Amino acid sequence: MTTGALGRVYRDGEFIIRQGEMGDSMFVIQQGKVEVLREETNRTFSLTELGPGDLFGEMALCEKEPRSATVRALGEVRVLTVDKRTFLRRVQEDPSLAFNVLQTMSARIRSLDAEVARLRERFRTEQMEP
Amino acid sequence: MRWGQTRALETQLTAGLEKGPRGPVLEDGSRVAVLGGGPAGSFFSFFLKKMAAAIDVDVDVVIYEPRFFTSSGPAGCNHCGGVVSESLVQLLATEGINLPAGVVQRGIDSYVIHMDVGSVRIDTPLHEKRIAALYRGNGPRTSELSETIGFDRYLQDLAAEKGVRIQRQLVERIDWTGGRPAVVCPDGSRETYDLVAVAAGVNSRLMETIVADLPEVRLPKKTKTYICEFRLGRDVVERCLGPSMHVFVLDLPRLEFAALIPKGDFVTMCLLGDDVDDQLVSSFLAADEVRACFPDGIMPEHVCHCFPHINVGAADPPFAERLVFVGDSGVARLYKDGIGSAYRTAKAAARTAVYHGVGAADFREHFLPACRAIDFDNSLGRIVFASSALVQRWRFSRRAMLRMTAHEQRSARGPRRMSSVLWDVFTGSAPYRDVFLRSLHPAFIASLLWNVLGALAAVGNGSVRGTRRAS
Repeated sequence: MTTGALGRVYRDGEFIIRQGEMGDSMFVIQQGKVEVLREETNRTFSLTELGPGDLFGEMALCEKEPRSATVRALGEVRVLTVDKRTFLRRVQEDPSLAFNVLQTMSARIRSLDAEVARLRERFRTEQMEP
Repeated sequence: MRWGQTRALETQLTAGLEKGPRGPVLEDGSRVAVLGGGPAGSFFSFFLKKMAAAIDVDVDVVIYEPRFFTSSGPAGCNHCGGVVSESLVQLLATEGINLPAGVVQRGIDSYVIHMDVGSVRIDTPLHEKRIAALYRGNGPRTSELSETIGFDRYLQDLAAEKGVRIQRQLVERIDWTGGRPAVVCPDGSRETYDLVAVAAGVNSRLMETIVADLPEVRLPKKTKTYICEFRLGRDVVERCLGPSMHVFVLDLPRLEFAALIPKGDFVTMCLLGDDVDDQLVSSFLAADEVRACFPDGIMPEHVCHCFPHINVGAADPPFAERLVFVGDSGVARLYKDGIGSAYRTAKAAARTAVYHGVGAADFREHFLPACRAIDFDNSLGRIVFASSALVQRWRFSRRAMLRMTAHEQRSARGPRRMSSVLWDVFTGSAPYRDVFLRSLHPAFIASLLWNVLGALAAVGNGSVRGTRRAS
């Protein structure tokens, strides 16, 4: 990691956000990879991996709910924090700034739709099997 | 949904448009010229292409810029301190523009304020490098070209990836034919466009030539600044300055802001104020607080320097029929975040051109408010800087500011009123309006008065006099 890099460095395995915590910022990966985890009772599921340029934690910009997932570093990763206040102040003047965040959310909904369809199909197949 | 309906919906979603365009609009095949390939020109071109593509309009955009920004020294430089503010770094990341390490010469995570009564460090709240120190060109004289990617070149390349053409040509003037602007180059070539965006800055004579034909437009006001580069070597820069911007609160008349900005092997020195000249530069360089930032307190020879102008008063109005002034050519944030105001005005102009129209009435209704917001904020900024000059004038007030900031930085909890005011004044991260209102908060005033009393007690029996240096 060079002196010219922006953001904060997280070491391998370090948590960047934790499910259930309140958040007031979004994150943009500058370098490296992170893993998104969903913690359920007694089990933790890996949802996806994200890389340079990807956003996460964007739901905190739109709602006052606890974080819906945990994100941890996969190897050394550099992440830039975007403050909710900075973002929302500028969105008032320039609504198009929200488009990139909306595109990220839209891509996630599309991915979830595909996942729900896949799970329903699997569930239906399992029920039909004797 | 037909294209016209799509565009109307997009327009309303994007900018709250309730009225139709008042002047000519950009359509498939429209031609747009951008005069100047600095941040304002590249941002304008980038966003114009991006927004037009989003509504399926194919606009031909060409940037006229004779420089390549690939050579070191003045020939490839755009004469600027080279700092991207904390807020702009975040906004660009949200836009999908993540500044790479080759462009960012050093990530800044703190400011160190130097005064004759001591120094204090203010860290970012998250201890994160969110300010980018970079070169507008390809580095100062003697820099290694392979290690540097100039910010201006980086943005030009982003625009080129969107389909913007770069014309390596100087522009001589704009002619008007049948109400359309034509760009005329010194070789006699002449091209007519549907819209011309002027992003030539205030250090080019082109602005004066263009405005000479537009009696309704007043040129922006400008003032002279000073920028120079010292080559210290990466290790020495790290040891002496670290990842901090070093700013100086000194009692020097006409000096509004002075900073040392660490960048790779170099340190950029930047002086802003009321027509900075050799005399003011000499007084600044002679200050003990400045010399103490260099190895063994000895000022090295600079490798290059310049006295560029900056915009300190908006062009009025910053547009005409089929013509718009963006960045420094129009309006810029007072003393701070010039790249941030280039981004804001360029994007507002692109939004107007794509979603509304390119007539003077369209720019008046949709572009001018963004410029006026910056201009109004600058008027509050002048009050902030005048107040800051008062604080700088007396030793006891400088000591009070230092005490208050140092106390806030030492305590893990509690409001950081002075720290946040100084941070936002120096970094340009928040509007001057916010800084102004925070400095009027009763708790801020009470705490400052308390620290003034403490400072007076410290220097003894209250007989403190000004310590103005000769300049």
